[in-house]
Amino acid sequence: MFRFILIRLLQLVPVLLVIITLTFALVRSVPGGPFSAERKVSEHVLEKLNEHYGLNDPLYLQYFNYLKNICPKKLNLPALADFDLKEGLGIDLGPSFRYEGRTVNELIAESFPVSFELGAYALLLALLIGIPAGTLAALKKNTLLDYIPMSSAMMGICLPSFVLGPLFALVFGLWLDWFPVSGWQAPGGFSWADDLPYKILPALTLGIFYAAGLARLTRGGMLEVLNQDYIRTARAKGLSSFTVTVKHALRAGLLPVISYFGPVVAGVLSGSFIIEMIFQIPGLGRHFINAANNRDYTLVLGTVLFYATLIILLNLIVDIILVLMNPKLKFEK
Amino acid sequence: MKKSGFFAGIIFLILLGLAVGCGSKLKDVERAQREGILLRGNNTEPETLDPHVATGVPENQIISSLIEGLIAYHPSDDTAIEFGMAERFETNAAGDVYTFHLRDAKWTNGDAVTARDFEYSYRRMLTPELGAEYVSMLFVIKNAQRYYESRVQPKPGEQPLPWEEVGLKVLDEKTLEITLTGPMPHFPLMLKHYSWFPVNPRNIEAHGGMTNRDGRWFAVGNFVGNGPFRLKTWRTNQILEVEKNPDYWDAENVKLNGIRFFPVESVDTERRMFEAGQLHLTGNVPLHEIPIYREKSPHLIRTDPYLGTYFYRVNLTREGPMRDVRVRRALALSIDRASLIDNVLKGGQTPAHYFVPRGIPGYTPKDYLRFDPSEARRLMAEAGYPEGRDFPVLEILYNTREEHKTIAETIQQMWRQTLGIDLRLHNQEWKVYLDAQSNFEYDIARAGWIGDFVDPYTFLEMFTTGNGNNDTGWSNERYDALIARSIRTGQTSTRFALLEEAESILMEELPIIPIYIYTNTILLHPAVKNWNPKLLDNRNMKYIYLEEVPPQPRASKLY
Repeated sequence: MFRFILIRLLQLVPVLLVIITLTFALVRSVPGGPFSAERKVSEHVLEKLNEHYGLNDPLYLQYFNYLKNICPKKLNLPALADFDLKEGLGIDLGPSFRYEGRTVNELIAESFPVSFELGAYALLLALLIGIPAGTLAALKKNTLLDYIPMSSAMMGICLPSFVLGPLFALVFGLWLDWFPVSGWQAPGGFSWADDLPYKILPALTLGIFYAAGLARLTRGGMLEVLNQDYIRTARAKGLSSFTVTVKHALRAGLLPVISYFGPVVAGVLSGSFIIEMIFQIPGLGRHFINAANNRDYTLVLGTVLFYATLIILLNLIVDIILVLMNPKLKFEK
Repeated sequence: MKKSGFFAGIIFLILLGLAVGCGSKLKDVERAQREGILLRGNNTEPETLDPHVATGVPENQIISSLIEGLIAYHPSDDTAIEFGMAERFETNAAGDVYTFHLRDAKWTNGDAVTARDFEYSYRRMLTPELGAEYVSMLFVIKNAQRYYESRVQPKPGEQPLPWEEVGLKVLDEKTLEITLTGPMPHFPLMLKHYSWFPVNPRNIEAHGGMTNRDGRWFAVGNFVGNGPFRLKTWRTNQILEVEKNPDYWDAENVKLNGIRFFPVESVDTERRMFEAGQLHLTGNVPLHEIPIYREKSPHLIRTDPYLGTYFYRVNLTREGPMRDVRVRRALALSIDRASLIDNVLKGGQTPAHYFVPRGIPGYTPKDYLRFDPSEARRLMAEAGYPEGRDFPVLEILYNTREEHKTIAETIQQMWRQTLGIDLRLHNQEWKVYLDAQSNFEYDIARAGWIGDFVDPYTFLEMFTTGNGNNDTGWSNERYDALIARSIRTGQTSTRFALLEEAESILMEELPIIPIYIYTNTILLHPAVKNWNPKLLDNRNMKYIYLEEVPPQPRASKLY
């Protein structure tokens, strides 16, 4: 297992290198620069700005300098736990071109926990809704209890978040007046409970899409398992229906769900631009898109690099969990 | 059992959330009202809080509450002098030397505000290493431009001009003398711009020095200002909060206890926040909502005149019909601006039959243009395109945004109907569009311009030969000469006459086609008082206050 993890971690290096190189090439080939504005900057000032941010160097030099700066140079776990990539790993993602005085490291460290928290709530909601709904649908196949959750799930998948978000804000925020329509923390609030109402609508909007996917996958997985011989055996032994379902069927039935989980966790945790825009959430997703619009080169590279690493690592974790849960699989090589 | 305990916990949390959400019925605005805090939508995350580096409106809204210049914003009149750090000033007989007498004021770090601070600040602006984008604002100071340019691109054999040659003199701790390139009656008004704001030298030096752009000096905890408010909290993309500065010289007249600026990029989200009682005022109103508010809750929507013009640039560097002034005139005459405003924009804008917006005291441009289809058709025929025959297919370029698209479609339609010509629409992402415009890769391009200060010069200077913002390739010697002469004239009436003549040339030659004069439309909670119409949306926040009003019915109930 150790060997398996090590090899997968080593594979990370070339993958990330390709991603960085491609992103670097793409972002630099787009017309317009970080300092182009409607009211034009004079040439001298532009020159100074380019010099300040090292944009006057030949492109290959900028590229190699960037690679040099993002090479991990040390390992300091306590600092890493605070999302401090510079102290933790010696990774310097450079200064942001748009936000004067703020580094990409800081922006990620500040915004990722927000996206992470939102994602965690959304995931929790998705699990709480999706898995029971899918299980129920499988157990009561071809009844109303199957059709209703499954058609709702279909709608959940089909309705994009830019429809659902404003709709939730309108219904639960403006009409029913249950939750704030936007924001992340109560202004002037101090406690976690003050902030909680702000988090429910975005978590619901983000979670419902994944809940729907989970429900469908759970139903599929469960249906397959429920017909297996060992389930019949379990029932024949006289085990309660609850034990059979939860202990025997669900464990196997959730395997497809778990492989779906890797990308879901990455997607959910890394934030969603649309939901962060609609609900005015200071997460990483907003930086990801705005950086591209602003030609904030370092922020684009930093967020891409961060996402890529996150997705690869999460997939690795999912692979490990899959092997642990499924006795038919083994770590190879 | 453990599992069910976990689920019970989750359910409890959700219920708790509901309880908290439903429990406190006091809206954010109402709570903030009691605390004397204004909740303000501020469009976008500020790029910086350094007045010498900033360029945008959202930044200005924040910076001007934290730092005060020699002259401050007047509560209602952009052309009036409101004394800030200066208690009074006098000019010499020629009108080119201004002596400012500073009042007793303090920085938030306890330092006294002195004339030296201003000298330091202006020197900082003029030091090329800082890369101040608004540096040219200071070129009205005698020798300032030479000081700057002799460092940027010295002429062969030229030595950098010593600082002592620049027309700034500290007469004593509280007296600053500024010598200008010539007499300039509107100079005090220019001082309202943030490029003239002071910074605290001790603070700047402690955080990397004069030309350091790492911006540590304006972080929370480091920021040193002299304005009515001081920086309290700043979380990227979430909130920036300022609180009343007890050390401000006029603290007793500062009415608000604080302001929370929300960087809300989406206009729809901003509107929802306003309706849910999370904002006292917004920075914008979605175009399609304006008529609804006008009809259903006119007391919540405010439309003020704004010193800005929406226009189309014409690329004169390309071969083709656009080089013919008759064609340009025909295009300008066949836009029915009133109809565009009434049926499409609906924001109470003014048809731009001239380029410099009206409202500047002493400067009222004539109606150079009008809607005249028959004259337009005649001109087109004269230029060799009767009923649009043989007219090549040209493009209207705009940056991708619903509003620009709608306007372009309307104008495309008007030109098709009146002149029989067909133009294609072409949208580009913001920065690509800016690039295309600078590189003259367009036929006709949408543009907008907001004045830096209340003066026609800030509009007309742009179209001098080779100006970085000209972008049309237009060049006219007489125009350049008039603009240049206007700077050297001390008398306002003479100056305005020169500028008016320049504008008439611009409107004769039409390298640009003015379309409408902007208005500033916002949603404003009735509790906010003293929010007066202003040509530039510059607010002296110390005059704004909140008044207890009965809870507001929701506008959304109207849907």
